Amino acid sequence: MRDMITQLQLYLSYPFVRYVLIVGTLIALCSSMLGVILVLKRFSFIGDGLSHVAFGAMAVASALKLADQTTFIMPVTIIAAILLLRTGQNTKIKGDAAVAMLSVGSLAVGYLVLHKFSASANVSGDVCSTLFGSTAILSLTEKEVWMCVGLSVVVIGVYCLFYNRIFTVTFDENFARATGINTGVYNLLLAVITAVVIVMAMNLVGSLLISALIIFPALSAMRILDNFKGVIIYSAVLSVVCSFSGIILSILESAPVGATIVAVDIAVFFVHYLLGYFLHRT
Amino acid sequence: MAYITCKDLTLGYQDGIVAEHISFVVKQGDYLCVVGENGAGKSTLIKTLLHLIRPISGELMMEDGISPQEIGYLPQQTVVQRDFPASVWEIVLSGTLTKCGRRPWYGREEKELASKNLERMGMKEFKTRCYRNLSGGQQQRVLLARALCATSKLLLLDEPVTGLDPKATEEFYELLKSLNQEGIAIIMVSHDIRTAVRQASHILHIDKENSFYGTREEYMTHMDENALHTTVQHKTGDDPADGKKGVDISL
Repeated sequence: MRDMITQLQLYLSYPFVRYVLIVGTLIALCSSMLGVILVLKRFSFIGDGLSHVAFGAMAVASALKLADQTTFIMPVTIIAAILLLRTGQNTKIKGDAAVAMLSVGSLAVGYLVLHKFSASANVSGDVCSTLFGSTAILSLTEKEVWMCVGLSVVVIGVYCLFYNRIFTVTFDENFARATGINTGVYNLLLAVITAVVIVMAMNLVGSLLISALIIFPALSAMRILDNFKGVIIYSAVLSVVCSFSGIILSILESAPVGATIVAVDIAVFFVHYLLGYFLHRT
Repeated sequence: MAYITCKDLTLGYQDGIVAEHISFVVKQGDYLCVVGENGAGKSTLIKTLLHLIRPISGELMMEDGISPQEIGYLPQQTVVQRDFPASVWEIVLSGTLTKCGRRPWYGREEKELASKNLERMGMKEFKTRCYRNLSGGQQQRVLLARALCATSKLLLLDEPVTGLDPKATEEFYELLKSLNQEGIAIIMVSHDIRTAVRQASHILHIDKENSFYGTREEYMTHMDENALHTTVQHKTGDDPADGKKGVDISL
């Protein structure tokens, strides 16, 4: 135990470890708050679809040898998010199929592009690290950390300011529209925020595991709590705790960061599943 | 003065007309039931009344201090709501949102209004309960309380008793009746012609070609004539399904 603490202290003295912790908790916070809405609106899969779009965009960006990849990935993902959320509104099945199509399509195209045009010698290693996230997170620069902090502040600010409207629109879009709320604007806002969070999270857990950050804390919180505000706050807390401890664990055990965080999330969900079962039985 | 006056309204979307020649008036204390076949344009009428789509032609006037946002709307339940983790209080409070204007949070007035309407619906002790654990009838009461937070004059209900058991349906109709007697005008869209005729003061029957609007009594004579007409037709070998209509509403 003592060894572990000294080891941890040693690691924490490196700036890159501190960066990972800061970025990891912030992303966990944003994605869980968003996740509650997405899960309730039956858009859980959108996180998965968009992360694959982001992967495809990244492959294209690296094939084009763009210096700043984020400026390419971000707009592409935002556009995909807007398109997906729009189709999702009209008909259920169509929206569903659209997500699946876009998700698989961009995954395949992304891999193809990487394979054919990549300059790097180790293509499968590159693909693996973008899908499951690994080395990128350890090479975060100070600038990227500040960008992440800024975006998180914006996301959380928007969320707090529009909390009541977000609740009304999520619970009952028809009623919200009838009372004069422009629901289109909120869906657009939701799409943009989702895309931003996903692109941010891609560095941390990789594009395959992003959905886990979005849905697990929300589902855990919903198992045991019965009011919306409680669910939001609790899922944020859960997500932050899970990802913080996941990162620490992965450093101590030298395990892959993304997968460890998700494993912790799954374990926590299982505990809440059982808790919910016993709570509702009595 | 009438809350809503429609003159020769044509309903529809860009790609086509759904229903034509619809005229009706809703005044304070009226109880209007909108009936009609599936696809006749009932939901299009609702959207038009809420100003979510524009009428293709005709006049739709709202007077007497009613704006489209002040219609207390009770939509049909959606899949999303069935397992939504929200307390009764949060849902009722969300009905007061229009009164907040640009303010991001609810003030004391909004909370008092929500509390008052919750009590009015007899749901006060359920304030902290979770919406998804309530019975169908209780859920409808909560949504009615929310609608009452948005209005004090006019309720618009879209098939409100779908999925309720007979007892809850009866209770819900009683509740509507008492609200109506307090002076709130009600527009209810319904499949259920039988109850419509029993409850409402006015009936609007939407039909592709000839829509009917009139008081309950006028509607009954109208339908009887129609039934007579179709029975005669039936004898000469016309569609027998239509003949049922007359049987359905004879009380």
